[in-house]
Amino acid sequence: MYRKILLAVDGSEHSKRAAKHALNVASLVQGAKVEVISVIDLSKVKTEVLHGELKQKRQQALEEIKSMFEKENVSYELKIERGDPGPTIVSYANKNEFDLVVIGSRGLNSLQEMVLGSVSHKVAKRVHCPVMIIK
Amino acid sequence: MLNKLKMEWFGNVKGDILSGIVVALALIPEAIAFSIIAGVDPMVGLYASFCIAVVMAFVGGRPAMISAATGAMALLMVTLVKDHGIQYLFATTILTGVIQLIFGIFKIARFMKFIPRSVMVGFVNALAILIFMAQVPHFVGISTMTYVFVALTLVIIYGLPRITKAVPSALVAIIVMTVAAIVGGFNLGTVGDLGEITRSLPMFSIPNVPLNMETLSIIFPTALGLSIVGLTESLLTATIVDDMTDTPSNKNKESRGQGIANIVVGFFGGMAGCAMIGQTVINVKSGGRGRLSTFVAGVFLMFLILVLGDWVVKIPMAALAGVMIMVSIGTFDWSSLRTLTKVPLTDTVVMLVTVITVVATHDLSKGVIAGVILSAIFFAAKISKLEVSSKESEHRTVYNVKGQLFFASVQDFVNSFAFKGKQDLILIDFSEAHIWDDSAVAAIDKVVLKLKEQTSAEVKLTGLNDVSDELVQKLATYNKTNAKPSNH
Repeated sequence: MYRKILLAVDGSEHSKRAAKHALNVASLVQGAKVEVISVIDLSKVKTEVLHGELKQKRQQALEEIKSMFEKENVSYELKIERGDPGPTIVSYANKNEFDLVVIGSRGLNSLQEMVLGSVSHKVAKRVHCPVMIIK
Repeated sequence: MLNKLKMEWFGNVKGDILSGIVVALALIPEAIAFSIIAGVDPMVGLYASFCIAVVMAFVGGRPAMISAATGAMALLMVTLVKDHGIQYLFATTILTGVIQLIFGIFKIARFMKFIPRSVMVGFVNALAILIFMAQVPHFVGISTMTYVFVALTLVIIYGLPRITKAVPSALVAIIVMTVAAIVGGFNLGTVGDLGEITRSLPMFSIPNVPLNMETLSIIFPTALGLSIVGLTESLLTATIVDDMTDTPSNKNKESRGQGIANIVVGFFGGMAGCAMIGQTVINVKSGGRGRLSTFVAGVFLMFLILVLGDWVVKIPMAALAGVMIMVSIGTFDWSSLRTLTKVPLTDTVVMLVTVITVVATHDLSKGVIAGVILSAIFFAAKISKLEVSSKESEHRTVYNVKGQLFFASVQDFVNSFAFKGKQDLILIDFSEAHIWDDSAVAAIDKVVLKLKEQTSAEVKLTGLNDVSDELVQKLATYNKTNAKPSNH
C-alpha cells in the first residue's frame, strides 16, 4: 500500500492541512515513510527578501509540520528544493517512485487559477502515482 | 583558492552558457531603453552593459549576478547629460567607480544593513514608477497605432510564456513588432530616430573634460548619488541571489568590483551601471550559477550588436515602451500594497516618504537617504520610551528605571523625579536600564545633584550593568566635590 509518501508543502495553511492528512494515511500503514518536499519558488525570492516576515512565516510553518510528524512518531524526511514549484514537485515525484503524493489546494477561483496557475492541478496531471489533493 | 575560482567559472558550463545567452537577448532592449532615458545614444548603454558584465564576471563578489546599464542609474544622469553633455557623463562614471572602490576598500557594505526593508521596498517601487513615467512620452498622445503596438507588445510578453518558456518573450515581442512595423509601413518612431547604432567595439578614450575644481563640483554630486544607488541595488540583488541559490556572497568584493567596472566603463564610452534585479532573476531561473553566465551575457550581447546593429535601429519605440512597462511592472513590489495596512504604520510612512521623495526629485539616492533618516528618527522615538517608577517607604525612596537612557530619553528621565520632601536615602535602580552616552550621564548627574540639594538625602545608583557602570565612572561628576550639573 502507501508506504512511500511524498507530501508537498509551501508553508501555507492549506499545506498544513495536507500534512495532517498525509499523517493520517501514513499512520495506517506499518513502516510508512513520508518525504516532505518544500519548493522555494525562485520568482518569489525577491518578495521574501523585501518582506522578511514572509520567509519567517514559511519557516515557522515548516517547523510546525515537522513537529506534527514528531508528535505522531511517523518517520519523515524534509527536502528543500529550489525552482518552479509545479515542475520541480512533478520531476521529484516521478524520479523517486512514490506510492502517493499528498498536496494542498490553494482554493483559487477560476480567474486566479488562469492567471496564477494551479500547482496542485499540474501535479495531479503529470505525476504517475495516485495524487491526493486536500481541499 | 584556485579550486574555488575554477568552480565559480566552470562549475556549471552548460547552464551558464544557456542562461547567459537568454540574458543577453533580454538585455538588448533594456540597455537601449535606459540609454534613451538618460538622454544618450543607445551605444552608450550597450557598451556599458558589455563592459560591466564582462568586468564583473572577473571581479564581482556574487557569481551569477548580472550587472549592466540600469534604469536606476540612468534616471540620475538625465540632468547632467542635458546640461553638460556626454563627456561629463563619462567623467562622472569614472568618479562613481572611484567612490565605489573606496566604499568597498573601507568595507562600507556592512552599513547597508542600516537601510531598513521599508526603504528597500520604497526604492524598488519608486524605481518602477520612474521607469514607467519615462515611457509615457514615447506612447501617450502620438498616434492610435502607437497604442496598438504597445498593447500588442504586452500581449506577446505576457501571453507567450503560457505557450512556451524556451525563448524570452520580450525578445519575441520586439522582433514581431519590428517586423510588423517594417512590413506594415506604419509611421512609427524608431530607436534610430533617437540615436545611432555603430557596429564596432568600444574604444579606449579619456573623457574630454577640463581637469579642475569646477568639473569636480559638477560631477561629484551626481557621482555620489550614483554610487549610493548602484550599491543599494547591487547589494539588494546580491541578497536575492544568495537566497535563490542558498550560497553566500562577498558584499565588499562586490562593491570594489562595481567600482572597477564603472572606472573601466567610463574609459570605454559607457554609462555607469549596477546590478539588475530583473535580469539577475532571469539568469538564475534560466540555470545560471557561475561567473561564466555573466561573462557570456556580456560577450553575446556585443556579438549581437555587431551582427544585428542595422536591425536594432528599426525597433519601434512603442515596442520598446511595451517592454519597459513590463520591466516596471516586474520591478514594483506588489505585495507591499497588500501588506500596507498590516505592517506597522511607521514602516508604511517610511516607504511612502521614500517613494514620494524619489518621484519628486527623480533621484533614488535622495529617497534612500530620506527613508533612512526617517526610520532612524522613528527608531529613536520608539526606544526612547523610558519608564521610571518609584517606591516610597519611611525616609527612603527607590526609583526603578526601565529602558534606554540616551540623548533622546534624558528629558523624560529628568522629569520623572520628585525633587522635594525630606529623605535619608534615595536609591536609583538601573538594573533594567542601559546608559548609552554622555547626555545620559549628564542627566544622571543633574538628577543626583538636584536630589541631594532639594531633599538632603544620600543618593546611590544601583544595578548598573558593566558597560553603563564604566561610562558613569568615566564621565559622572556628581560625587566630586563642588560638582555642578553643567560640567558636561
